[in-house]
Amino acid sequence: MSRIAARFAALRAEGRGALIPFLEAWDPDAATSMALLRGMPGAGADLIEIGCPFTDPMADGPTIQAAGRRALRAGATLSRTLAMVREFRREDRDTPIVLMGYLNPILSYDPARFCTDAAAAGVDGLIVVDLPTEEADLLLPHATAREIDVIRLVAPTTDAARLPKVLDGSSGFVYYVSITGITGTRSAAYDDLAAAIPRVRHATALPIAIGFGVRSPAQAAEAVRVADAAVVASALIDTLAASLDAEGRAQPDTVRRVLDQVRALADGVRGARSRAPQPQQTGNAG
Amino acid sequence: MPVADTATPRPNSLRTGPDARGRFGGFGGRFVAETLMPLILEVEHAYAAARADPSFQAELDLYLRDYVGRPSPLWFAERLTRAIGGAKVYFKRDELNHTGAHKINNCMGQILLARRMGKTRIIAETGAGQHGVATATVCALFGLPCVIYMGAVDVERQQPNVFRMKLLGAEVRPVTSGAATLKDAMNEALRDWVANVGDTYYLIGTVAGPHPYPAMVRDFQCVIGEEAKAQLHAAEGRLPDVAVAAVGGGSNAMGLFHPFLDDAGVRLIGVEAAGHGLDTHEHAASISRGRPGVLHGNLTYLLQDEDGQIEEAHSISAGLDYPGIGPEHSWLHEIGRVEYAAVTDAEALEAFQLCTRTEGIIPALEPSHALAQVQKLAPTLPADAIILMNLCGRGDKDIFTVAQHLGVKL
Repeated sequence: MSRIAARFAALRAEGRGALIPFLEAWDPDAATSMALLRGMPGAGADLIEIGCPFTDPMADGPTIQAAGRRALRAGATLSRTLAMVREFRREDRDTPIVLMGYLNPILSYDPARFCTDAAAAGVDGLIVVDLPTEEADLLLPHATAREIDVIRLVAPTTDAARLPKVLDGSSGFVYYVSITGITGTRSAAYDDLAAAIPRVRHATALPIAIGFGVRSPAQAAEAVRVADAAVVASALIDTLAASLDAEGRAQPDTVRRVLDQVRALADGVRGARSRAPQPQQTGNAG
Repeated sequence: MPVADTATPRPNSLRTGPDARGRFGGFGGRFVAETLMPLILEVEHAYAAARADPSFQAELDLYLRDYVGRPSPLWFAERLTRAIGGAKVYFKRDELNHTGAHKINNCMGQILLARRMGKTRIIAETGAGQHGVATATVCALFGLPCVIYMGAVDVERQQPNVFRMKLLGAEVRPVTSGAATLKDAMNEALRDWVANVGDTYYLIGTVAGPHPYPAMVRDFQCVIGEEAKAQLHAAEGRLPDVAVAAVGGGSNAMGLFHPFLDDAGVRLIGVEAAGHGLDTHEHAASISRGRPGVLHGNLTYLLQDEDGQIEEAHSISAGLDYPGIGPEHSWLHEIGRVEYAAVTDAEALEAFQLCTRTEGIIPALEPSHALAQVQKLAPTLPADAIILMNLCGRGDKDIFTVAQHLGVKL
């Protein structure tokens, strides 16, 4: 069983949803992002998403764009991102790592070689934002051969007719983009999620994560009430960015501030279902 | 009649692309986020239906004739020919179109499509501002609200076009991300589209982006080559020996070349911007110095570093200042049907002045690149050879840039 499947199975047995915090590799520098990555499981991360910096992140809002710029300025590359995962895996064999990024750096690396190296480094899944199902054959055979999950995005614009096609060949989990918009800009209403997720659930047996617009512990809790996982990215990067000095350098409390927020989000996720309104037994005594 | 010949591609034609996946050979495709995929497919289906509907073409023809001013003339540049020596040089005068460039051919086609689709808000990206002005123009004509994304650097260096767009009723949003030029404007337009999927139509200005845009924009620009073919036939009774056009994203070049692709005797030359020189880091020559990759929804030649990060382009011409090129050009390069040359800022400036003084035509800096290539080529050809060049835009917008480079204070 893959690390991702094992983790979701364990959480299902526990009866709770997963928190998936996000960090941008090398933002604002190699040591800080490595410290964040190392600290996340202890702070309550169930899976971790690592953003791979790209010059032209067309699905990302200002927060993640800025994170990518800081990371590239610090010297981030795809192979250095893999090196981070390799180092993380020396200490942590269980927490699934998912890389999220754009296709061109992978194409430039060579998809087959990239999947080989990513698997060897301990990467469990890939989310490639600008690789829709129509183009997935560029990557899917190589990822499958190395037992790396290719995680598909499903959007509010994905209609019922298209959904099976989008899910075809997907594995690991399904990433539901909760808004029509870019990352970090606005949040979906709970009612919209409650309506949308069962539609996706009907089409797949895979766990479903909700991302884009999940910022607070309360929103993360809402997300895991209707789905299986909550991805939080921009809210954590906002905290990181706010902790930097005027030159964009990390400060002594940068890592702690971000991990404190991960802890608060994890509390939200862990308390979600026990605090969720239970179906009332209408114990009418009469 | 030559125009009729070009309407239906022959078997073994180079004009049948793209395939069902939007690929020209290995180039093109649809590399967008899932949120946009259904919209791209909607545009594809709507365009296929419009293309098959004679009333759509009839409506477009009417607007092209009575509003844009087509057909644009074909002009034998006799004094220029004598000045250069060698082959006869003909200009396809798309700078005489309304708004002063070829851009409006495509805008008119796409705005009619957007109306058919019931879209009520238009967005576009622009570099020099020519596509922005053309988009703002057709939006004014049809009373549609319009947002133009333009890099903050370009906003600064193209103030007259920014003012034109505003006069036409468009909202110009300066983009500060990245290098704040055309590439970043396109990123921002895509982000807008993702956030406004219901009512918005993205009017892309060149033969790039996700399928069906490269094919659709090419189709709308093919009027250039089709007219030129018929006009040259009327003037000289034959095909040109060479057709030359500047290439940024490559829409004016695709429009000129496509109707000639199956005429094996016609040499086709696309001219990229070599900026300060191909061996510097400041140029926009995606084919000459780039390699294939994915940006803005398509797989094509790009300027990128060894990690696949996109590099900034440079050209004196803001319209060529883009680190990619349309995917059909990438394919035509790989199969060897079109040659791609490169011309520096300095060579383009010299050609700009030559054209102005010998023909009384102030060309835009984009076709000045094509003309600089013609200057190199014509003297190597016999006097009865014919070069057809697309004069795709007029230079009024560029006089400030040119003055600055010539050391003149306006």
